[in-house]
Amino acid sequence: MGYVFDYSWLADYWGVLLKGVLVTAELTLVGATLGVSLGVACAWARSLGPRWLKPIVATYVELIRNTPFLIQLFFIFFGLPSLGVQMSEIQAALLAMVINLGAYSCEIVRAGIQATGQGQFEAGWSLGMTRFETFRYVVLIPALQKIWPALSSQIVIVMLGSAVVSQIAAEDLSFAANFIQSRTFRAFESYIVATLIYLALAILLRQLLRGVGFVLFPRRSGR
Amino acid sequence: MIEFSNWDILRNLLLAARWTVVLSLVSFVGGGIVGLGLLFMRISRSRWPRLFAGAYVELFQGTPLLMQLFLAFFGLALFGINVPAWLAAGVALILWTAAFLAEIWRGCVESIAKGQWEASASLGMGRMQQMRYVVLPQAMKIAIPPTVGFSVQVVKGTSLTSIIGFVELSKAGTIVTNATFLPFTVYGYVALIYFVLCFPLSKSSQYLERKLNVAHRNH
Amino acid sequence: MSLIEITDVRKSFGANEVLKGIDLNVEPGEVIAIIGKSGSGKSTLLRCINGLETINSGSIQVAGAQLAPDELHLKALRLKVGMIFQSFNLFPHKTAGQNVMLSQMVVKKTPKPEAEAMARKMLERVGLAHKFDAYPDELSGGQQQRVAIARALAMQPMALLCDEVTSALDPELVQEVLAVVKELAAEGMTLLMVTHEMRFARDVCSRVVFMHMGRVHEIGPPAEVFGAPKTPELRQFLGAQH
Ligand SMILES: Nc1ncnc2c1ncn2[C@@H]1O[C@H](COP(=O)(O)OP(=O)(O)OP(=O)(O)O)[C@@H](O)[C@H]1O
Ligand SMILES: [Mg+2]
Repeated sequence: MGYVFDYSWLADYWGVLLKGVLVTAELTLVGATLGVSLGVACAWARSLGPRWLKPIVATYVELIRNTPFLIQLFFIFFGLPSLGVQMSEIQAALLAMVINLGAYSCEIVRAGIQATGQGQFEAGWSLGMTRFETFRYVVLIPALQKIWPALSSQIVIVMLGSAVVSQIAAEDLSFAANFIQSRTFRAFESYIVATLIYLALAILLRQLLRGVGFVLFPRRSGR
Repeated sequence: MIEFSNWDILRNLLLAARWTVVLSLVSFVGGGIVGLGLLFMRISRSRWPRLFAGAYVELFQGTPLLMQLFLAFFGLALFGINVPAWLAAGVALILWTAAFLAEIWRGCVESIAKGQWEASASLGMGRMQQMRYVVLPQAMKIAIPPTVGFSVQVVKGTSLTSIIGFVELSKAGTIVTNATFLPFTVYGYVALIYFVLCFPLSKSSQYLERKLNVAHRNH
Repeated sequence: MSLIEITDVRKSFGANEVLKGIDLNVEPGEVIAIIGKSGSGKSTLLRCINGLETINSGSIQVAGAQLAPDELHLKALRLKVGMIFQSFNLFPHKTAGQNVMLSQMVVKKTPKPEAEAMARKMLERVGLAHKFDAYPDELSGGQQQRVAIARALAMQPMALLCDEVTSALDPELVQEVLAVVKELAAEGMTLLMVTHEMRFARDVCSRVVFMHMGRVHEIGPPAEVFGAPKTPELRQFLGAQH
């Protein structure tokens, strides 16, 4: 094949890529924090919350887990404004990521709570703690520790999945790649570079989450 | 302006959903075949196939499916052919599915107790015979629930092929939205159709998982 | 010529030398008990003889053939020497009968009817003819171990390696397995067994090997080893048994 690869555009466009990387990183960090928080809240609601709340959370979880992120994003960005809810591209992207990760992490955290066992709850209650206090101070940390690897992989999946937010013109890394290829007509090279950056981000994020794990769970709890 | 009834919208979406189903099946079956090859490389005793399969999985699990689709689309075009979207979509999804299935299955193979390998070795079986008669039959049983579970990811993954121009359910959603200016309704229906496709798969995966856990009978 | 000739065998795991030069010859029909403290290398020695571990130096010969780590040699070796494991390791997806038939058909290419006849004979021999169609999880530990013995016997090995075959069993199931082993010994099968059953070793074995720190520390007929231990290590070991 006579194709000659050309990466000379990198000199002019590295700034665009960098900006995209920052947006992707920001979306991921904020989205992961809020999404996991939402997930923990939902996990609490599903395992210990009031009875009327359980089916609502369950429906939310199933709806999100059984529809594509892209459609969730479109629904939020294009659909909600017709109900009068206006959002910027970034806000819509972030909201979609939080809602998506919330559903997945709900199930992951719930599995952790189940694995932590009834005995821990009973111990907390017998010491006079309320259900919520027991959850917060006794069960949550060991539960999170158990499922931290699964949660970490899910966060990486959400980061990689966030590439589609370029479809609502949120200016993340994949948006940068689209932009560059439309200017340089070097589509393959643009996407190769963006893909490699994503790979690096994924590896970095995995390490970061390991580090967070060490900070959050400094000692190994006996299992 | 033309009026669209709900039925018009739904009918158009359902027609396009056929392609979502076809692409999902092709990706799943093709990915399964390629994934099986990767699995054998990943657990091979020689170094190079193992390294290759490891790098392959890392690459495909560590990068966005969307980028893989773009690379397939523009990469195939480098060979001078005018690539139809369905071809790029199929190739990318098959390769992507293969990586995940290979990794799921590797976990299952590795969860087979070491004693099974040793007992079959001590009876004189070769590596392939051990795989064929002892390890794979047991691994396959535990692989079914997560494999069915992953099929949900495949169905959802096909939605991204709309971005490179393959007209399936998601793309149809965008087209119908542009014609009707009813994004809330249209994307609601689209989501509903995906849900109808995915929910039974999710549920059967959970059901199979539970059945496997309850049955401590391993045969 | 001895059936199994072990000459200066050394085996390390990383920096940890587990076998420090083992010499041992086993004659056809001999029943040898290997005793010793936990971690002295008993299992490792058996696993080396079966090719489950590769040795670092020295040589192991079975019926005149040298042990080599390639698949062809290993297969030839394993056809001569069967192994029984502490944890049975029956194939859980196959019935007792199929467990015994599988390797005959796959490894020896025995036609199915013959393999089945052999399986019935071997299960009969370990007293489990009626369990031909039972799956491993429908059998007690003692029954599972007897199926494992039948499975190894069906390959018609010249010798059997047994690594603590009764250690995973409830006390009341130990005897049924030992009875089967005893019968094999009486029929002239060459046995090399790691065991903690001292009484059994004394009654059934022709020689006892005491391993200590990766070496054959003392070896001799049971009367000598148990009756008049020469080394303080063996005396201490035997003293600790009660
Ligand atoms: N796969 C392995 N990797 C690393 N070290 C090993 C391995 N297998 C055994 N060892 C080490 O080799 C030494 C001897 O182990 P071996 O299992 O042969 O002892 P043993 O005499 O059978 O003890 P036991 O009576 O407890 O079964 C031990 O220190 C053990 O930790
Ligand atoms: Mg041992």
